[in-house]
Amino acid sequence: MSTKIIRDYIIPADDFAVAGEASSDVRKILSQLGVSPNILKRTSIAMYEAEINAVIHGHGGKAHVEIDENKVFIVISDEGPGIEDLELAMQEGYSTAPDSIREMGFGAGMGLSNMKKHADLLEIDTQVNKGTTVYITVYFQ
Amino acid sequence: MKISEIAQILNAEICTRNHDNDVNIISACSADLMSDVMAFSKENAMLLTGLINPQVIRTAEMMDIKVVVFVRGKKPLDNMIQLAEERGIALLATDYPLFTASGLLYSKGIQGRGDGK
Repeated sequence: MSTKIIRDYIIPADDFAVAGEASSDVRKILSQLGVSPNILKRTSIAMYEAEINAVIHGHGGKAHVEIDENKVFIVISDEGPGIEDLELAMQEGYSTAPDSIREMGFGAGMGLSNMKKHADLLEIDTQVNKGTTVYITVYFQ
Repeated sequence: MKISEIAQILNAEICTRNHDNDVNIISACSADLMSDVMAFSKENAMLLTGLINPQVIRTAEMMDIKVVVFVRGKKPLDNMIQLAEERGIALLATDYPLFTASGLLYSKGIQGRGDGK
């Protein structure tokens, strides 16, 4: 693969029926490129958790994805409430999600730690009342 | 274990049409929290859950899960069936509760993890 593949997606707010579409599309592209199943799964989980977070907490947002021969780089941004205490939010089991989200099978406080576990690089920029941007890198080798 | 055999053990209805009947399932996980499925599930190709929403199918897709069994008499919605069929994921529905359904499959040799633990 000599050229870079770039994709941009809109993540709709509070729409659980389509949440995951962007991650699904990226998964399809990586699969077609012949990326190994393990890398495919790790990328999918990290991006999907970030996408779900944007839907749950961020009033929707945007996803920007760049794929080159070495890696996939994913940026998920929202203009939601931001994360007040990032260190606390990174802890497994800590969640600010309402019960309505738990009933959907999320909000268990595993999202950020799942991203960290499965991404090679994870950076989070967050500002209270401004929004959150998550940068995920997964290397193919 | 083949999908038809799983359906027989759980007395389950198979809700999808175009899945791979030859897929061989050796391990499973049971959970209602999709984040836990993504956090703790290893090489499982089957999920048992009581949760009904499209995110179950999305989670299965991300995790390479080929079979989802809905327990406690819950039935997948039409949009879930469509999503699953597009992705070749089989959906089954059983009246057994989660514990019993898991136990029945475990007693027939389905393991908790892909590595046999």
